[in-house]
Amino acid sequence: MNPIPTAPPVDSRPVPDGPGTPSRRRRRRRRVGRFTPRDIAVIGLLLGIPLLLDLALIWGPALASIGLSFTSWNGITDIEPVGLDNYVNIVSNYPPFWPAVRNNLLWLAFLGLVATPFGLFLAVLLDREMRFTRFYQTAFYLPVVLSLAVVGFIAQLIFSRDYGAANAILGRTDNPIDWLGDPSINLWSVLLLVGWRHVGYVMLLYLAGLKAVDPTLKEAAAIDGAGEGQTFFRVVFPTLRPVNVIVLVITVIEGLRAFDIVYAINRGRNGLELLSVLVTDNIVGEASRIGYGSAIAVILLLISTGFIAVYLVQVFRRDEA
Amino acid sequence: MSEPVRVADRATDSRAEGADRRVRGKRPVSPLRVVIRIFLWVVALGWLVPLLLPLYASLRPYAETAAEGYFSLPKTLNFDYYVQAWRGGNLPTHFLNTLLVAVPAVLFTLFFASFVAFLISRRRLPGGKLLLILFTAGNLLPQQVVLTPVYLMYTKLPLPWWMSWPSELVYDSYWGIIAIHVAFQTGFCVFVLSNYMDTIPRELIEAATVDGAGVWRQYWQVILPLVRPALGALGTLEFAWIYNDFLWAVVLMSTGDKLPVTSALNNLRSVYFTDYNLLAAGSILVALPTLIVFFVLQRQFVSGLTLGANKG
Repeated sequence: MNPIPTAPPVDSRPVPDGPGTPSRRRRRRRRVGRFTPRDIAVIGLLLGIPLLLDLALIWGPALASIGLSFTSWNGITDIEPVGLDNYVNIVSNYPPFWPAVRNNLLWLAFLGLVATPFGLFLAVLLDREMRFTRFYQTAFYLPVVLSLAVVGFIAQLIFSRDYGAANAILGRTDNPIDWLGDPSINLWSVLLLVGWRHVGYVMLLYLAGLKAVDPTLKEAAAIDGAGEGQTFFRVVFPTLRPVNVIVLVITVIEGLRAFDIVYAINRGRNGLELLSVLVTDNIVGEASRIGYGSAIAVILLLISTGFIAVYLVQVFRRDEA
Repeated sequence: MSEPVRVADRATDSRAEGADRRVRGKRPVSPLRVVIRIFLWVVALGWLVPLLLPLYASLRPYAETAAEGYFSLPKTLNFDYYVQAWRGGNLPTHFLNTLLVAVPAVLFTLFFASFVAFLISRRRLPGGKLLLILFTAGNLLPQQVVLTPVYLMYTKLPLPWWMSWPSELVYDSYWGIIAIHVAFQTGFCVFVLSNYMDTIPRELIEAATVDGAGVWRQYWQVILPLVRPALGALGTLEFAWIYNDFLWAVVLMSTGDKLPVTSALNNLRSVYFTDYNLLAAGSILVALPTLIVFFVLQRQFVSGLTLGANKG
């Protein structure tokens, strides 16, 4: 707010020990980055609050969960360390665990390898400026704003054995398929609906990205004789990297955090086991096996860490570019 | 796919993009275009069916649907189920609860996230990259990982009675739910906004500094107006996410009357568990606010999500 410039230019004239151009440029940057006491107060407050929340409600508790996972705590008695017992038990002696791991990975693979590419494909088609684009966009996007709890309800409406629409369409009312009850197919029924939501989301993100691609790039490629496929994969797609990273992040979040939809359908049992459900069952349910639930949470954490690492590499690479 | 005609007219029309679009719209129909059209229509209709089905069901008595199937012609169509769901599920209270959480949570998230993104992206705060990683990776952590410690912390931390009644704890208060949403969602918003801000020329900030503007003015008067489209887009997304959450509310709230509207749907289910058509009406009522927000902000949404992709 001070009308008088606080840092007179004299201040920052290159000092003799650094005569080269690059170091002079660095010096100028540093001057612009200097903060007054008032600036520091503003930054302290507006960076401090979110940082505090982030550390106190996410990172601190995450570390605490890791600690608790080595105990047999039930929330009431004293906390007793049991070493790796919980982990050993989970891996060797907890029936829903391996199905849950498998389902989580299938979920992730389905979103990443089927739903995401399909969303990209729709975005590319819709980017071609045709009539009714708005209608298509809206149709594809609508499911995204629905809560997974509502989607879980729609799942029952469509896939219920006796009253569901799917059996009616297929003419299987006499010999109905139990889409949600049969553990060998219910995950796929659910994934169909999860994909239904995910595709629209991915489509919209890519559509926005594609609209921002400089059209002269495509023209140049066309003049050079590139076909549409070539133009897309060699010229357009690489410029979409920021969107790709965001889509990756969202896909992983949706894949690992999945919870509401199976919880709404059957509380995540009988073929719909997910790690997130197992954690919730153990620590919120009547059993209240906090140490045990935390150990499952840590396993979930380890799986996500792999993907977070991929993301970090992307961030670093972006900064080097 | 490579039609020489198109390449030619694209090249000649390249100066006026508007003209190019008009010409493309009127181009003689090619077989490929017809295929794409048909494909898009089929997929779009397939996409709408799961939404139209509950809409249709919610307008008919369940007995009729059960007897004749979802795809029969209606004998009666009315809004009875909507009235019933509105009253039976105590929806007005739960809608209000959701708004009390979602609106402040979205505003705080966008405010803090945009400031942090500004510091990281345009002011090159020392350690900025570490901050970016801390926030975004935090957003990626599965929420169940932090469930127990957060629950324990919330049941221990006191809040003054006017912020949390009757528990006088962070537990069972709206502030607690708002705080956890802000903590989680800030990461994603910082990430998107810092990407977006990277496209704003740094010279703008340098000029403002030379003119004597402090950090706050650079943020509020220079940067914020420029990222408004991105804020609109993120606001829509975040509203939908926070609105739709029920995990945190279920875990961190104990007073049934304070629960958000998504959990009210579960009440409807348990009270009238056989009546699918009533549930359909309830689901549509619950989904309505996010649908309305989306339609109102659709324009900003699409234009705002350019996400810092390079523009010429």
